[in-house]
Amino acid sequence: MSLQPASTDIATRAQSVIDEFKGLEGPLLPILHGLQEEFGYVPSETVPVIADALNLSRAEVHGVVTFYHDYRNHPAGRHVLKLCRAEACQSMGADAIAAQISQALGIGFHETAKDNSVTLEPVFCLGLCACAPAAMLDGEVIGRLDADKVEEIVAEVRS
Amino acid sequence: MTVTIYVPGDSGALALGADKVAKAIEAEILAHGIDARIVRNGSRGLYWLEPMVEVATDAGRVAYGPVSAKDVPSLFEAGFVTGGQHKLSLGDPEKIPFLAKQTRLTFARCGITDPVSLEDYEAHGGLTGLKNAVKMIPADIVKQVTDSGLRGRGGAGFPTGIKWKTVHDTAAEQKYIVCNADEGDSATFADRMIMEGDPFVLIEGMAIAGLATGATKGFVYIRSEYPHAIAVMSKAVEVARSAGVLGKSVLGSSQGFDIEIRSGAGAYVCGEETSLLNSLEGKRGVVRAKPPLPAIQGLFGKPTVINNVISLASVPIIMDKGAEYYRDFGMGRSRGTIPIQIAGNTKHGGLFEVAFGLTLGEIVDEIGGGTVTGRPVKAVQVGGPLGAYFPRALFDTPFDYEEFAKRDGLIGHAGITVFDDSADMLKMARFAMEFCAIESCGKCTPCRIGSTRGVETLDKVAGGIEPEKNLALVTDLCNTMKFGSLCALGGFTPYPVMSALTHFPEDFRPVAVAQAAE
Ligand SMILES: Cc1cc2nc3c(=O)[nH]c(=O)nc-3n(C[C@H](O)[C@H](O)[C@H](O)COP(=O)(O)O)c2cc1C
Ligand code: SF4
Ligand code: FES
Repeated sequence: MSLQPASTDIATRAQSVIDEFKGLEGPLLPILHGLQEEFGYVPSETVPVIADALNLSRAEVHGVVTFYHDYRNHPAGRHVLKLCRAEACQSMGADAIAAQISQALGIGFHETAKDNSVTLEPVFCLGLCACAPAAMLDGEVIGRLDADKVEEIVAEVRS
Repeated sequence: MTVTIYVPGDSGALALGADKVAKAIEAEILAHGIDARIVRNGSRGLYWLEPMVEVATDAGRVAYGPVSAKDVPSLFEAGFVTGGQHKLSLGDPEKIPFLAKQTRLTFARCGITDPVSLEDYEAHGGLTGLKNAVKMIPADIVKQVTDSGLRGRGGAGFPTGIKWKTVHDTAAEQKYIVCNADEGDSATFADRMIMEGDPFVLIEGMAIAGLATGATKGFVYIRSEYPHAIAVMSKAVEVARSAGVLGKSVLGSSQGFDIEIRSGAGAYVCGEETSLLNSLEGKRGVVRAKPPLPAIQGLFGKPTVINNVISLASVPIIMDKGAEYYRDFGMGRSRGTIPIQIAGNTKHGGLFEVAFGLTLGEIVDEIGGGTVTGRPVKAVQVGGPLGAYFPRALFDTPFDYEEFAKRDGLIGHAGITVFDDSADMLKMARFAMEFCAIESCGKCTPCRIGSTRGVETLDKVAGGIEPEKNLALVTDLCNTMKFGSLCALGGFTPYPVMSALTHFPEDFRPVAVAQAAE
């Protein structure tokens, strides 16, 4: 089974993202965000295309892509669940919540479930520290996580 | 007359179900044929009461909370559109002690207005500061900000006016204003609340900075973990542009100023100002050595003001009410107000804006109301992941930059995390090292390698392996990091580690000994 688009297709789609942001001052991060939005990750095939467009070396582009936690080098699952691991959430039992979620989904942090339903990622603060523990599911914020909310999340990503 | 119902669109409220509440209210409005509209305001910052719904009645605003979607039908039965009594009634929100005790200068409008309505903003005193600034010469604007005593709210506490003066005095054909909205510290959400709840005050502050220094372009670098703030800020910039607040001419003046919103990419270190500038330029977020100062050679090598969201958002009131008005609040060299963010295991979590000078104990016990778990407070971390852990014995420390420094701590971005007595301080010390290892930009060896060695050494302590020798090693390592790091990530990680070790030594004792002692 191959859901990976062919590399020529990737280059064409990448080019149109690059064209959209190329005129900005300091366009590289907006381009990488755009590519991740387009593909769900930053395909390694796009690195030479970006390098060419911005007159950078491939090594420079690669260096930037790998510096930032946000950019993935492979697709995520259908859902992305980010769990806050920072201090305020820890003070409200985030570690126990993480263990519970990890067990229910059968995956650890930075892993994707075998059925590709969900990727679990750590995040260090969502600015929801007065409603800890907090999480973000596909961009939706969730506060005051407890056993019931964990069950809801697990049911949602499985459906 | 159309009734206005306020349901916060702030992400804290959203995280507690505000969207569902808004939908339920909409359905009831339709079902009952009531003439009402819903405004998605910001949050007032009383998160234990969120979602806090308010209704504008003839007698003023009336609040209800925390409201869940299933409460909505009964609210309508109780006649809440005219302020009717209900078990969730909170009365006049401004009389709730947590709000009544505050001095809201920077957050004057947050939670009150429609965040993206410029009319609402102006009706509540917005744009007065900018209108005053337009009539002044740049040097006088800089002087007013300097005289106000405003210091950077991003952590370092550097006087804002002095930074602006350097940019003002440096000649260049292009200058920039960069707003640091990376807000990566745990326990902080003041920047997020302003951006989601009163974005125009930040835009106004940045435009004033532009007029003061001759910068014509501004960037707001918002962390990617804040998609809602990015959306509201982007919308507000568009509104400000079409109203002539931003653009080729700021409010009809001869100077132009425009703003672009940029998203970070999940690197904590990009909150450090020079790393942030590299990131904006499209580079790895590696920290730059200083000098050159960003004020002289900043973004793309041009003179750049880089300020925190709250620093910039505090400027409009200074330009509106005057330097003295602002400076008269506070203590010592800490002037004005500070939005304290009370987070973690606290009964009354939220944002408390107040003049400097309250003691830590007043904040944690009286305002925060102790822990939500009802257990005793063991420790509070002040100033985010690079801030020290304070024990109860130091609760008499006044909230003031210098007073905190005297006690080997820092205010940072004014976030406070409360821990109850179940907290394991060795684990928290280990986390501080681990976080430093994850987020290090890699430039200095003590930070990059030292933090990983720190994790390993603390693991040995936890495992009871030569604890005394290994704790001596941790102390030594902390010294190396403190003095051998280029920026505060490596340089300040020793604060949480050493404060945990100093104030809570019992948590670092070997397991066997600790058990035997019980
Ligand atoms: C590791 C690190 C992270 C930082 N994160 C932030 C941040 O998220 N927001 C911020 O305003 N300042 C942050 N700072 C402080 C900035 O370097 C800088 O002092 C600040 O942006 C200056 O603005 P101000 O004078 O208005 O405070 C950080 C510093 C370090 C060393
Ligand atoms: S202390 Fe750490 S984060 Fe700061 S410059 Fe050095 S390596 Fe980079
Ligand atoms: S610490 Fe978890 S949301 Fe801030």
